[in-house]
Amino acid sequence: MDVVIVGGGVIGLATAWQSLARGLRVTVVDPEPAGKASRVAAGMLTPVSELTYGEEPLLRLGLASRDRYPSFVAELEEISGRDTGYRGDGTLQVALDSDDLAVLGELRRFQESLGIATEALTGRECRKREPMLAPSVRGGLFAPDDGSIDPRRLSAALLAAVDRLGGTLVRDRAAEVLTEDGRATGVRLAGGDSLHAGQVVLAAGPWSHDLKGLPPDALPPVRPVKGQILRLRGTTPFLSRCVRGLVRGSSVYLVPRADGELVVGATQEEMGFDTTVTAGGLWELLRDARELLPGITELAFAEVSAGLRPGSPDNAPILGPSAVPGLLLATGHFRNGVLLTPVTADAMAEVLVTGDLPEVARPFSPGRFAEPAGAA
Amino acid sequence: MQQRDRAEAASPADGEPGAGPGPLVIAGESFESRLIMGTGGAPSMRVLEEALTASGTELTTIAMRRVDAGARGSVLDVLRRCGIRVLPNTAGCFTAGEAVLTAKMAREALQTNWIKLEVIADERTLLPDPIELADAAEQLVDDGFVVLPYTNDDPVLAHRLEQTGCAAVMPLGSPIGSGLGIRNPHNIELIVERAQVPVILDAGLGTASDAALAMELGCDAVLLATAVTRAQSPALMAAAMRHAVEAGRLARLAGRIPKRRYAQASSPWEGLSSSTV
Repeated sequence: MDVVIVGGGVIGLATAWQSLARGLRVTVVDPEPAGKASRVAAGMLTPVSELTYGEEPLLRLGLASRDRYPSFVAELEEISGRDTGYRGDGTLQVALDSDDLAVLGELRRFQESLGIATEALTGRECRKREPMLAPSVRGGLFAPDDGSIDPRRLSAALLAAVDRLGGTLVRDRAAEVLTEDGRATGVRLAGGDSLHAGQVVLAAGPWSHDLKGLPPDALPPVRPVKGQILRLRGTTPFLSRCVRGLVRGSSVYLVPRADGELVVGATQEEMGFDTTVTAGGLWELLRDARELLPGITELAFAEVSAGLRPGSPDNAPILGPSAVPGLLLATGHFRNGVLLTPVTADAMAEVLVTGDLPEVARPFSPGRFAEPAGAA
Repeated sequence: MQQRDRAEAASPADGEPGAGPGPLVIAGESFESRLIMGTGGAPSMRVLEEALTASGTELTTIAMRRVDAGARGSVLDVLRRCGIRVLPNTAGCFTAGEAVLTAKMAREALQTNWIKLEVIADERTLLPDPIELADAAEQLVDDGFVVLPYTNDDPVLAHRLEQTGCAAVMPLGSPIGSGLGIRNPHNIELIVERAQVPVILDAGLGTASDAALAMELGCDAVLLATAVTRAQSPALMAAAMRHAVEAGRLARLAGRIPKRRYAQASSPWEGLSSSTV
């Protein structure tokens, strides 16, 4: 075997698919493929709308990935024969009150300073595009190139593509990374068997930190960041596109699917590996969603779930060779796992085949955490 | 202008005004830094750590309802690594009952009997509910907590909290996260004038001059979070706040000049020409 990938979420599966496409023999190890964050995520592809001060490098990676999405999806849908629910028809970001509008104004100036054009809209213009929005919406920003995808469909398509190209899926938990003379040589499974490979990729989200057999400095500094999210359902789509809202300083997003599903997310909680759904979490989401879209109270309540994002200290992913030869990392994607799936898969396949991490991914190599933050 | 500096009253070792800044003393514990930080709103753990380091803070609040004390890589890990003392708070509580329960959970989880007490009245303003606050403060003081209550800028309530046995009083400058600065400096002065425990200006500060003003008014310390964590460069703003608190404290100790209606030359004019010609 050439490569063992620990973790079968969208990152692990897409890396497997792209590596298989480049001729590598690949095994993915996961007790429950696409069953964790990939199943819970809403699937917003919104690097422009979510721009944050100090995270310009992450913006560039996000833009590269967003712009890769159309061809990535076309190839994936072709090989898997499955639809992914991808849409690149823009994201509308709205502000409920004047304080929220001032925040959007500041965001727009920041976007402009980086050469990114968004369109400022009045409340009336927002409601012309999305008539279900509350009359109190004060204004908004339209990011024409942001979009969304259905992560559950994406996962299913990736699983089909991996299968189609002859990849192996092992439904077990990787308990330990095996090493020989300091080099990673495979993994030991919880069931007791061992899998040997030339290279090992750690793509197990927040669990990536907890594998045995590795020196502490080779483990990625990821922590679980809990997110609660809910799914409503109507007979027709309630919105025409992805809407993000600022509601008196708190953030909520609403992602419509073609089948009438409306995803409402998400909380962000530092609660370790806890995935309890709480009354308060649900209430906050529904409260803010209803402020933006008063009519959602008529929709059916379909599902509520909580997932764990792999958070890194700087919110950016950790990509490429680790301190242990033969061990590569592809985790720490935090809130951007689905967005960053294409660029991660391309970069990881490239480094697995050639040994070189592409330029776009180099700012995100594990070495950046060697010095403790603030040590300068 | 009658301005008694209460930090000196609380710790006579500080000596005369102008002798030096001296430490902040809360319930017998000394802190060199008079800037207490909150952790809410930071975009990432790395940014938070850089900001806390730049602020020079020795005491930092965390919301007990929003973190798991045992979780790896969380805010608590950052504070431990920076050697900053943790001050748990009861953010998000609307009743005395919830606040007391949260304080007890914090004591259990973090092995500290210090609690920053917050009991808020509504989500729109996040202003303290004075009646629930006074009730919770009494229960917690009786239970052996060192209570630091986040209170309205009401001199009567602040005094009542002190009488209840709180270790400090923390009046707001303006609503949490608003960045509106100190809206009622006169009330803050009244609170400072009367208090025998440290007065910590908490909430509403927007930029460095707000923090300096708090200290010039005679506050013993400043607590802020949003002004730093949501600034475009949190570490830079944290450094600015550190300097502002120090500058304001020094200005308070130095004693400002009285305000005059007209100019007064800073050097004497009389006899100048005859002596130089």
